[in-house]
Amino acid sequence: MLEGLLLGLSAAVTPVNLMMVVFGCVIGTLIGMLPGLGPMSIIAIMIPVAIGLGDPTAALILLSGVYYGAIFGGSTSSILLNAPGVAGTVATSFDGYPMARKGQAGKALTIAAIASFAGGTIGAILLMIFAPALSSVALLFHSAEYFALMVVGLSAIAAFAGTGQVGKALMMTILGLIMGTVGEGALSNMPRFTFGVMELQSGFSFITLAMAMFALPEALFLVMNPARAAQGESGKITGLRISRAEAKAIAPVIGRQSLQGFFIGVLPGAGATIASFLGYAVERNIAKGEEQAEFGKGSIKGLAAPETANNAACTGSFVPLLTLGIPGSGTTAILLGALIALNVTPGPRLMTDTPEVFWAVIISMYIGNLVLLVLNLPLIPYIAKILAIPRNYLIPFILFFTLMGSYIGQNNSTELLLLVGFGVVATILRFADYPLAPLLIGFILGTMLEDNFARAMQLYRGFSFILERPMTLALLVIAALLVVVPSYRARRARLRAQGVADD
Amino acid sequence: MALDRWIALAFVAICCVYGYAAFFTMDHLLPPILQRNPIWPSTFPKILAIAGVVVGLFVLLSPKPAPKDGEEAKDGVIDLSRIGDYHVGQAIALLVLMVAYAMTLRSLGFLGATIGFLVLGGAILGERKFHIMIPVAAIAAGSIWYLVQEVLGIYLSPLPSFL
Repeated sequence: MLEGLLLGLSAAVTPVNLMMVVFGCVIGTLIGMLPGLGPMSIIAIMIPVAIGLGDPTAALILLSGVYYGAIFGGSTSSILLNAPGVAGTVATSFDGYPMARKGQAGKALTIAAIASFAGGTIGAILLMIFAPALSSVALLFHSAEYFALMVVGLSAIAAFAGTGQVGKALMMTILGLIMGTVGEGALSNMPRFTFGVMELQSGFSFITLAMAMFALPEALFLVMNPARAAQGESGKITGLRISRAEAKAIAPVIGRQSLQGFFIGVLPGAGATIASFLGYAVERNIAKGEEQAEFGKGSIKGLAAPETANNAACTGSFVPLLTLGIPGSGTTAILLGALIALNVTPGPRLMTDTPEVFWAVIISMYIGNLVLLVLNLPLIPYIAKILAIPRNYLIPFILFFTLMGSYIGQNNSTELLLLVGFGVVATILRFADYPLAPLLIGFILGTMLEDNFARAMQLYRGFSFILERPMTLALLVIAALLVVVPSYRARRARLRAQGVADD
Repeated sequence: MALDRWIALAFVAICCVYGYAAFFTMDHLLPPILQRNPIWPSTFPKILAIAGVVVGLFVLLSPKPAPKDGEEAKDGVIDLSRIGDYHVGQAIALLVLMVAYAMTLRSLGFLGATIGFLVLGGAILGERKFHIMIPVAAIAAGSIWYLVQEVLGIYLSPLPSFL
C-alpha cells in the first residue's frame, strides 16, 4: 500500500495534475452552486474537456475534483438559499438553511466544509483499504461472474429506486440496455438496429445521452418553473469560525457518518442521497432531549450528519467503479464512460495494469478535499455571488454548454439533433416520474454485459454456465430477489391498506 | 390514463418493434460459420426484447400506489398537474432555437451561430437589455472558440461558410 501511495503521489503531485485538482474543485463549486445543476450534469459538461486532455490520470483527477466541488457547491446553495442543487444535499438544507436564517450562514458553511472534508478524507482512507482487497477477490471472477455481477448491479439500482418505482427503474434500465445495442456489436462487425442510418453506425454517443438525460431536462425545468431557481437574498456571510464546544459536539457525528456513508455509497444504486437522508435520520434518533428538539431548527449536528455522509458516500461509490468496473450511480457511470473513452478500463486489472491511475485518484481525493477546505471556504462569500447571475443569461449559457459538449465529441451536427430529441424524451420521462440514472447506467454497462455474457456462452457452449458455476447462480438469484422482494412487499402493504390482507 | 402508463405502453411498442427486428430480420444475414456459435448478435437483443415486454406490461398493468400521507407538493418540484403554471412556451421556443443552432452551425460559422443563440435565448426568456447581452455573448463565444480550438485542439470553423 505504501508503494502505491508513493506511486500515486508521484503521479498526482505534478504541476499539471495539481492544477487540475484546483481547477476541478473551483469549477465544480461554481457550477454546483447553481440550483438545478447536479454533479451529473456538470461532469457530463466537463467530459469533453477531460477527454481533450488525453491523459487518463489528469482527466480522472479533474473529474473527481469537479465531483467533489459540485457536492460542496450544492450544499452552499442549500444552506444559503434553501435551493439544493442536488438531491444529495436536500438533507443539508433541513438544518443548514435555518442556521443561515439565524444569521449563522458563515458558521453553517464552515461546518459543512469541515464535515465534507472529514467525510471525504475518511472515505478515501477506507477506499484505500477496501479497494485493493476487493479487486484481488475480483481477479478470481470469470466472465460468467462478471455478467452476473453486472446483473446484480443493475437490479440493485432498480431496487433502491423506492417504492412503486422498481418497475419503472427496471424499465429504464432495459431501455438503456436496448439503446446500448444500437450500432456495431462487439461480437461481429454487423451493424445492428441502425435502420440504415449512417450516423448510428457507431451507436449513440454517451456524452450526448448524458447531456440529454440530465443537463437538458434540468435546464428546461429552470425555464418552465422559475420558482426552482428562486433568487434569494444572499446577504453578507460573516463569522466563519466555530467554537471548540461545537467542534467537540460534531466530532462523533462525523466519525459515525463517515463510516455509514461510505458503506452505503459502496452499494450500487444507493449513493449520496440515501446516505445523507439516512445519516440525518440516524443522528436525530441518537441525539437526546434538547439536542433532538433542535434538529430541523438549525442544529449543527443535523447539518454535519448529511454533509459527512454524502461526501463519504461519494467516495464509497468509487469502490465498485475502480475495482469491478461497475458504476453504482449515474455520476460514476459517467466517469466510467469517460475512462473508456480514454482507453482505460476500470476493473480489477486497473490496479495491476495501470496502478498509477488508481493511486493518483486516491491521492487527488485527499488533495481535492484539502483544496475545498483551504481554498474554497474563504472564497465562498465571493463565489456565492454567482447566485446573483440573472437567469436570462444563465439558461442560454447552460443550454449552449450542453450543445457544445455533445458537438465537440463528434463534430457532427446530427448529434445536436439527437441531443434535442433525447432531451425532450428525457423531460417527458421526468414528468412521468421515471428515474433516468438507470437508463444511462444500463446504456454504459450494456456493451460490457453483452461481452461477458457472450464470452461465458462461448466457453460453456450455451446457457449451462448459469447452473455450472455456483457463484454465478447465487449472484443471479440475488439479482432476482432484489427486484422481486420490494415489489412483493409493496403489494402486501397495498393489500393490507385496502383491508384484504391476511389478518 | 396517466402519462406514466402511456410511456409504458410506448415502451412495450418499442420493445415489440425491437424484438421483431431481432427475431426476424437479423439471423439470415449471419455468415454460416458464425451460425455454429452458441451466441449470435441477435441473442442478447432477443432476451432484452422479451424482458422489456414483461417489465413494460408489469408497469402498465400494476395498480397505482396510494399517495402517501403528508406528502405535499414542494415549491420547485416539477408536478405535471400544474403544467398550466409553467412557461412551456418558452421551453419549446428554446428547443426550437437549439435545433436552429444545430442547422446553422455550419453555414453561419461557430461565432455567428453562437452569438445568435445566446442573444435570442436571452430574448426568449425576456431579456431586453441588448446593449449588455450582445457584448457578453460575443465575448463568451470568442473565448470559448479560442479555448476549444487552441487549448483542446478541436477544429471549429469560426466564420460563415461563404467567407
